[in-house]
Amino acid sequence: MSLSAEDRRLISACQGGLPFVPAPYAAIAKDLGVAEAEVIDRLGALKARGVIRRIGIAPNHYKLGMTANGMSVWDVDDSIAEEIGPLVGAMEEVTHCYLRPRALPDWPYNLFAMVHGSSRDEVEEKRGRIAELLGDACRASDILYSTEILKKTGLRLKKGAA
Amino acid sequence: MTLDDIDRQIINTLQGGFPLSSRPYAEFAQTLDLTEEELIARLRAMKDAGVITRFGPFLDAAAMGGAFCLCAIAAPEDQFEAVTEAVNTFPEVAHNYKRTHRLNMWFVLATETEAGITEAADAIEAATGHTVFRFPKLKEFFVGFRVAA
Repeated sequence: MSLSAEDRRLISACQGGLPFVPAPYAAIAKDLGVAEAEVIDRLGALKARGVIRRIGIAPNHYKLGMTANGMSVWDVDDSIAEEIGPLVGAMEEVTHCYLRPRALPDWPYNLFAMVHGSSRDEVEEKRGRIAELLGDACRASDILYSTEILKKTGLRLKKGAA
Repeated sequence: MTLDDIDRQIINTLQGGFPLSSRPYAEFAQTLDLTEEELIARLRAMKDAGVITRFGPFLDAAAMGGAFCLCAIAAPEDQFEAVTEAVNTFPEVAHNYKRTHRLNMWFVLATETEAGITEAADAIEAATGHTVFRFPKLKEFFVGFRVAA
């Protein structure tokens, strides 16, 4: 499903962030030369379509004290990965969980589970609980801690693309 | 900046959603027992301090007919800065993290078309001279990340 020219213009106008003024949608409408109601209706429709997942904030988890952020990765037998993945994803310790392709020989891992905490010890504890759950289904594992945010802008529409 | 309980409450609540109405700050402020003015001032301060990295609509590339793809590069330490700069120049790079591994740079490509992923990853390979390992999601087992502030 592609975006109409009007939707693109609207998304481009607010992808940098909503303005901190009492009537932010009216401010965006003014920039676009349309009515406030059109902006609100169009954003609502995009939300209903799922193009906009939500309107809200992205916090910087480092600044909130979540200083240990680990991407735990596991080499889980393919025959069982789709069965056991949802169990890992459902763990309280895990914030995202995905099945991804391996990149052999450099990268043998196919199950990715994000684990956050206020210290690496805490993250290691959580990782231990994932290892327990996976048991023999896991052949190898590793954890990659993030040490720096290099960029965090989210999805942006390309300028000028039609 | 030091966050107080009200800031934390704002962060916890606003991850869920912001109203689509004429005076959304006023409406949202009411639920937290704040004035519109106070809420705006707190949000602005948190944005300026980098506690909030974004405030606005979150787009789903897949719902627009596009795609996301997790990618990684093994960037030699002495080239790390240059590689970072080259990678981050691409608007398709939505976020990028340095991580503790030989594959030390992990970024997410978000594009408006499926083909855009390959185009962007190939262009990044050409720009950096390094292999871009591609890990598109095959299955998503859980998404609903919320940070408790």
